[in-house]
Amino acid sequence: MELTTVWFILIAVLWIGYFVLEGFDFGVGILLPFLARNDTERRVMINTIGPVWDGNEVWVLVAGGATFAAFPEWYATLFSGFYLPLLLILLALIVRGVAFEYRHKHDRASWRGRWDKAIFWGSLLPAVLWGVAFANIVRGVPIDENKEYVGGFFDLLGPYALLGGLTTLGLFLTHGAVFVALKTDGDIRHRARDLGLVLGLATAALAVVFLVWTQAITGSLWSSALFVGAALALLGGLFATWKVREGWAFVGTFAAIGLAVAGLFVALFPDVMPSSLDPAWSLTTTNAAATDYTLTIMTWVAVIFTPLVLMYQGWTYWVFRKRISVHHIPAEAAATPPTAGQPTR
Amino acid sequence: MDVVDIARWQFGIITVYHFLFVPITIGLSAIVAAFETMWVRGGNPHYLRLAKFFGKLFLINFALGVVTGIVQEFQFGMNWSDYSRFVGDIFGAPLAIEGLLAFFLESTFLGLWIFGWDKLPRGLHAATMWMVHIGTLLSAYFILAANSWMQHPVGYAFNPETGRAELTDFWAVMFNKVQMVTFPHTVTAAYMTGGAFVLGVAMWLMTRRSTPEADRPLYRKAVRIGAVVTLVGALGVTVSGDLQGKVMTEVQPMKMAAAEALYETEQPADFSIFTIGSLDGEEEVFSVKIPNLLSFLAHNNLTGEVQGINELRAEYRETYGQDPGAKYYSPGDYTPIIPVTYWTFRIMIGLGAVAAAGALAFLWATRRERIPRGRAWVWLAVSMPLLPVAANSFGWIFTEMGRQPWAVFGLMTTELAVSPGVSVAEAWTSILTLTLIYAVLMVVEVGLMLHFIRKGADPFEEPPSPKLGEHSDEPLTFAY
Repeated sequence: MELTTVWFILIAVLWIGYFVLEGFDFGVGILLPFLARNDTERRVMINTIGPVWDGNEVWVLVAGGATFAAFPEWYATLFSGFYLPLLLILLALIVRGVAFEYRHKHDRASWRGRWDKAIFWGSLLPAVLWGVAFANIVRGVPIDENKEYVGGFFDLLGPYALLGGLTTLGLFLTHGAVFVALKTDGDIRHRARDLGLVLGLATAALAVVFLVWTQAITGSLWSSALFVGAALALLGGLFATWKVREGWAFVGTFAAIGLAVAGLFVALFPDVMPSSLDPAWSLTTTNAAATDYTLTIMTWVAVIFTPLVLMYQGWTYWVFRKRISVHHIPAEAAATPPTAGQPTR
Repeated sequence: MDVVDIARWQFGIITVYHFLFVPITIGLSAIVAAFETMWVRGGNPHYLRLAKFFGKLFLINFALGVVTGIVQEFQFGMNWSDYSRFVGDIFGAPLAIEGLLAFFLESTFLGLWIFGWDKLPRGLHAATMWMVHIGTLLSAYFILAANSWMQHPVGYAFNPETGRAELTDFWAVMFNKVQMVTFPHTVTAAYMTGGAFVLGVAMWLMTRRSTPEADRPLYRKAVRIGAVVTLVGALGVTVSGDLQGKVMTEVQPMKMAAAEALYETEQPADFSIFTIGSLDGEEEVFSVKIPNLLSFLAHNNLTGEVQGINELRAEYRETYGQDPGAKYYSPGDYTPIIPVTYWTFRIMIGLGAVAAAGALAFLWATRRERIPRGRAWVWLAVSMPLLPVAANSFGWIFTEMGRQPWAVFGLMTTELAVSPGVSVAEAWTSILTLTLIYAVLMVVEVGLMLHFIRKGADPFEEPPSPKLGEHSDEPLTFAY
């Protein structure tokens, strides 16, 4: 297999990893104001993703870095072309990351309320915008003969792209609700399960339209197989949710997102960013790629270190595998334990 | 302003901002890990209290380091797409490797450290912070290798067919001679920063009137450890900085000349401590000089020749033709902005020297159970963490602005590196929103830091010592 193809697959794997992992913590963030009824429940939700959200986010950094290394032209065209959506994603990820770390530092309701808003918007914007971005990549955008994006911001907001954004939003919401049901106990677990079912059914409808539309634009036999697989996985996940098999439900939504993203990449191949102006100007796995030498080095690095990363990231999930319920939440934030003999100023 | 100006300002603002947090993260992760290890091995409760106290401050700092780091990686493609196209084959690899080797390690093991108090055995828990520290070092190594390549491109060939620089020798990039001096310089500066942070915070708490009498020995311990780390770091910074000067003279002689505002070639060359008057080479009102020092910094001997700006400029014109983008960097072509390079170089060295002297003074003042009193000590303590932080910033401003007009020395000028498709309006939107949000977050961060410093170290509490994989149904020891 060509090294450029290997790296196309690896980059697809990185994005799949990003969406199946960060997807549920986006979902948890967006559901925060809807699923939780009080601050303790909000803390239960946040603590289900507390130890892992940052590691999940690294997947996008590695995906970005790997694109830079393996397909410099793709990285350059994509990041400079999708300028404003990416800026919004960056701003969202900034406030969201800080919010998780700073929210519990004070007990004041106003302080926590503000960070809750940051978590909500910081999760919502990327959840929608990544879908918009990927739909645009698959459908093709105005790229000229110099590999430069020549469209504007609003060219990125066509109906197909917006549907893509809604689809990722729906998938991440469902994934998040299923994750909360898997990782919590008590009342919130039941509510998360019920909400997951409703969201999942709505998402299934959206996803079918989006994937059929994708298939019509650029699909192949393989992509259609993956899309059908994604739909079946989602339905299986919902069935498991209904049957209170939360582990299987999570496997279902996890697989649904993974297969759908894989299908998008298969539909994209061998282009990496098709031009809507002239197919000859499209960026492809060959004309956007780095040299074979660089790709060889990178392949060695990936082969040695990716299994290691998967091992210790998997281990973290095992260490924190226990369900969390309201009675696990310390009465006060751990950051401000009752301190006898605390000096007063 | 056009897109080049805005993109340069944005790069400067967000990079300097990001690097306020990075050295504290590198230095403090090692110190916190060491405190916790000392507790695990020796059982002295003081060290656990210090590990938890400084760990809390570490996390407040780390949060901003992480989120501002994301922008760093994305902005090459957003604002500097022609740069990315030109160098991606070489420059992208260290960035990708940094993510795979360092960022996963830092984020995953930090999650384990934060939430793992009641889930991991003690030794393993301490080890997670060491893993975080190793992650920060790996991160520093790869990103500095990328930066060193911009200062001194090696291991590449220009491919006229693709019109880009392409990698021919990965190991040459990894062991670039600039990298060999930059990495130790940056990391020892980070230890100095972490040490000075611990020293300053602990000193303030030790001498504060409302601190419980029983806690003063605790903080005294931290003061002394912080001072030692600062001094050891300072020694490393000095040695590596000296070597760096010699490598710089060899590979970027213009930067050395600009650091000194040396217009005419001198042999032997003096080092000026400060200058009053303009630095444009026309007149010099007053200047204090140390004879022969510049020759020593550049060549390790007292009589070596140091090339001046005018001679180098003539050389560059001959090699590269007229500099097309001189208006972006300075009034003269192939020259950085001399007052910036001259002063940032001196301020960097000066602040670092003051920090080292301060650490020495505190070590002396706390000898044999002494606790220094007096306003001057408090002020010095409060400024201790800020001195290396500021020195780091000035050092980077010097390094990056001293490379101008080049983005990649000798290969690509900064004006040609910018994204051609990005509009002035987009660039403004980006710099304004990022700067605004960074400013707000700085206020929040400093507020939280001060709040938790004022509270001081929590009383000792025996943490649970679980077996791996064991779970109790008790409330979590730590929860967000």
